[in-house]
Amino acid sequence: MSAPAAQGKRINVAAARRRQRAVEVWKEFASNRAGLTGLIILVFVIALAALIPLFAPPSVLDVTQVTSPQNDPPSLENPLGTDPAGRSVLALLIWGARISLVVGFAATLVSMLIGTVVGMAAGHFTGATQAVLMRIIDFFLVVPGLVLAIVLSSVIGPGVATIVVAIGVTSWAGTARLVRSQTLTVESRPYIERAWALGAGDGHVITKHVLPAVMPLVLANTTLTVGSAIIAESTLSFLGLGDPSSISWGAMLKSALDTGAATGGYWWYVMPPGLAIVVVVLCFTLVGRALESVINPTLRGR
Amino acid sequence: MSNALSTQDLVPGDHGTDEPPRASSWLKYTAMKAGGALISLIMVVLLGFFAFRILPGDPVRSLADGRRVSVEQMDILREQLGLNDPLLAQFWRYLTELFQGQLGYSYTYNEPVVNLIATRIGPTVLLTGTAAIISVVLGLWLGQRAAWRRGSLFDKTQTGLALVFWSVPTFWLGLLLLLLFGGGLQWFPTGGLVTAGTTETGLPLIWDVIRHMTLPVITMVAVVYAQYLMVMRASLLEEMTSDYLMTARAKGLREDEVRTKHAVPNALLPTVTLIFLTLGGLVGGAVTVETVFSWPGLGYLTFQALSAPDFPLLQGTFVVFSSIVILMNFFADLLYRVLDPRLRAA
Repeated sequence: MSAPAAQGKRINVAAARRRQRAVEVWKEFASNRAGLTGLIILVFVIALAALIPLFAPPSVLDVTQVTSPQNDPPSLENPLGTDPAGRSVLALLIWGARISLVVGFAATLVSMLIGTVVGMAAGHFTGATQAVLMRIIDFFLVVPGLVLAIVLSSVIGPGVATIVVAIGVTSWAGTARLVRSQTLTVESRPYIERAWALGAGDGHVITKHVLPAVMPLVLANTTLTVGSAIIAESTLSFLGLGDPSSISWGAMLKSALDTGAATGGYWWYVMPPGLAIVVVVLCFTLVGRALESVINPTLRGR
Repeated sequence: MSNALSTQDLVPGDHGTDEPPRASSWLKYTAMKAGGALISLIMVVLLGFFAFRILPGDPVRSLADGRRVSVEQMDILREQLGLNDPLLAQFWRYLTELFQGQLGYSYTYNEPVVNLIATRIGPTVLLTGTAAIISVVLGLWLGQRAAWRRGSLFDKTQTGLALVFWSVPTFWLGLLLLLLFGGGLQWFPTGGLVTAGTTETGLPLIWDVIRHMTLPVITMVAVVYAQYLMVMRASLLEEMTSDYLMTARAKGLREDEVRTKHAVPNALLPTVTLIFLTLGGLVGGAVTVETVFSWPGLGYLTFQALSAPDFPLLQGTFVVFSSIVILMNFFADLLYRVLDPRLRAA
């Protein structure tokens, strides 16, 4: 009779402890001014990208429906001027944020999944499995990621999904190495030995003990990876490997190079997409570094 | 791969009893690292082949994309490229050609891929080499100064700047410089290795190349030096609480000497490995920088191969680029051992 009640209470205690820890983490994070600023700007940018259809319908991006002159400098009507097709650069910029952010997040998800699974396996298992996994991690650490991503995406064919896969598959090795060393640290602790002694299997140890212990690290790493994934997305789109019909910051810069906007002096088409990338990536980096110092106090003040 | 793995597994048991322990452990270390590099090279060769054969996507279809090509013509093209042969036969041909120093035939240039790569490798080495040296010197110098005066205005501006540069897409910075100094002020040429149709030789030619190199080198340095700065700063910060620095100060050494003679050499060790680990990134930067400035190197060749698309050429640049980076990392491992006496004794 009392067993379910006790169990229920224990869960409540665990939930309360978790809530308390979340509040602590938030307080520590919020005390980092740079990280907090980054977070606020990111929330603003994401909200803007999500709500843009309410202000500017997709038709403003239709080259057949333009009313403004081509390559027009900034004016009251078009605050950031127009592109070589006569579309508003401001509208392109905010619409472009959608693809850039979605690809950044999706590629990071792929990269984190592979990195966490391979990293935990390489730390947990021994012998041949470990040797093979370590070789694979080392290979992906060393091989030039962008060149491999170019190969993958040009073979699969241009498109948004292709870019997500190409970035995800080429950027997980750093995470895997990090997760592996954390796995080794965790597994050398006495409570894991206790779990083994109680008859736990590989699956139990990995999912119940190692995974919760590596998650905070993975989370901080995720934020940093989103930033580099956004840069990678823009680079691949810039090289012409993106979906030609969709607009992203990288695709805008590609058309800037193709139409000679840089040498022609059309700064209003070259500056905004790049600045947008810099701001968003910088914010992700600041948030990631702040999270890292919350999780790993020895890094504080670096 | 299992073959190559076994060589690595054999090595630790290979204790030469008649050799002094130091030489044997050096041999062991080198053999282990060489084994690792060899496996990576084999993986590059395998990936270079199978990525283009197994992944979804039809090279002939992409080749014919946007052009009016009949089904018969596509079949002829497949036959010419040997794509109708069994996979193993294709793989065998790829391997034998590779060992003869051939990387296939580019169908957009109508030239062997090896010839194309050979003419383009020089400019890339010139560009990335110059950029790497400048970024390492700049990054390490600024990084150790920032760490030594941690929390000062200098430290704050330097780390702030580094974080911003870290967030800048290489190619965009290139476009900006092109816009400002190439198009706007016209101080520097906008692309190429030398002025088109130049007949200069000797010093004027070198001067011409330097003028063409300036903007691409600045672009690469700006993006790369930031990581070196951060790494150097972090690793010197770790050394700064060490007792041996206290001893050095107690001996009466000046603060500058404590820094340059005691702290910095130790902080350099982890930095060196990280510098070599970022070489792959430097190569990635070469692709975009060379594309922006039409620099006739391997990176620009990769861009031309992917925009055609010319799969044998792309396969060739991938294999060559990756092999260069793998070999550089191998040399870095050897260099690391020379630099770190603790590893030598171990």
